[in-house]
Amino acid sequence: MKICVTASSEGLNAPVDSRFGRAPFMVFIDSETGEAESRPNLAATAGHGAGTQAAQAVSRGGAEVLLTANCGPKAFELLRAAEVEVFSIVGGTVSEAYEAWKNDSLTRLENANAASGWSG
Amino acid sequence: MKIAVASGKGGTGKTIIATSLALVWENPTFLDCDVEGPNAHLLLHPTIEESRPVTVTVPRVNEIDCNLCGECADFCRSNALAVLPRKWMVFEQLCHSCGGCRLVCPTGAIYEENRRIGEVRFGRRDHIPFVQGELDEGEAHPIPIIEEVLRHSGDQGDVILDSPPGTSCSMIEVAEAADVVLLVTEPTPFGLHDLNLAVRALKEIRRPAAILVNRADWGADEVRDFARSEDIPILLEIPHILKVAEGYARSRPLVESAPEFRSAFALLKSQLRSLTRETAA
Repeated sequence: MKICVTASSEGLNAPVDSRFGRAPFMVFIDSETGEAESRPNLAATAGHGAGTQAAQAVSRGGAEVLLTANCGPKAFELLRAAEVEVFSIVGGTVSEAYEAWKNDSLTRLENANAASGWSG
Repeated sequence: MKIAVASGKGGTGKTIIATSLALVWENPTFLDCDVEGPNAHLLLHPTIEESRPVTVTVPRVNEIDCNLCGECADFCRSNALAVLPRKWMVFEQLCHSCGGCRLVCPTGAIYEENRRIGEVRFGRRDHIPFVQGELDEGEAHPIPIIEEVLRHSGDQGDVILDSPPGTSCSMIEVAEAADVVLLVTEPTPFGLHDLNLAVRALKEIRRPAAILVNRADWGADEVRDFARSEDIPILLEIPHILKVAEGYARSRPLVESAPEFRSAFALLKSQLRSLTRETAA
């Protein structure tokens, strides 16, 4: 299964990015092989709707789990519909976030935990 | 002639100036275009006779015809559509109602519905027709409401437009509809900073501007220097007057709290008129 982590740069040692829709990179980790694939987040510079665009990229990238810090209401609704589980992370690197998820020490988000981008 | 009363910074006194201008004007129409917080009615006390909803179109999908190809979502620049392996979703508040999704859908599965985003109210203060738009709470796109308000400018006569603050799309929409824009500012660092932004925006869209300095007795030298360097006339300076502030707190327009300013506003009116004539010539 694939796990997606929002990141400030590429690779497993990249710092996690606290923003979901506007994180520069998404690192997809294959939990079978431990291999990581970093993809630039094309939504990062969107004028509006970065969250919904990024959420589609997570789903289309085949991830079933998303590790990110802040997720707004529209992106969360989309991720729920796409059956992507969202876990909340705070700081650290991509591999640290991934290890924490493997050890079952992350909290699963039941609701959006950030305000809509346009509402400020 | 259409006069927009705008400002960069909020709270400089746009509405108290716009309403006072309306009260010294002969036969104006007053449009409150500040649809995210219309408040001119608090000073003008119009009788509202009618209100009409403003709607925009949003896409819907006929699930039987939709093959979840995703072309609509790829096309949508507003990221208002999402197509998941088993689901089509629309985020209505992101939608700009362009209708493109319906056009690109290869199976004709998308149709449009109207969705309410606010309303426009019509009324009258004595001889002054009054129109006010208000965006519903939680809605993101004020422009369709402003467009609807502007449609009621009337065929003849002068129109006073109370503009939204700032220099974003809402203010540009109103300024572009005007023949001249009166920028109300105050002599504070924030006032001057945002006045500069507003002047830049108006130069970009080529609308003649004039400045009114409110609370000018706080020290307006920097505003005067700025106006000189930009070659924009300061048409009126109003000091901070306690009875005007007290009147405002009691919903009274400036020219009612301080009737001695009626002649200054009448002069302001003719200056605005000649400014549009100069620009036209």
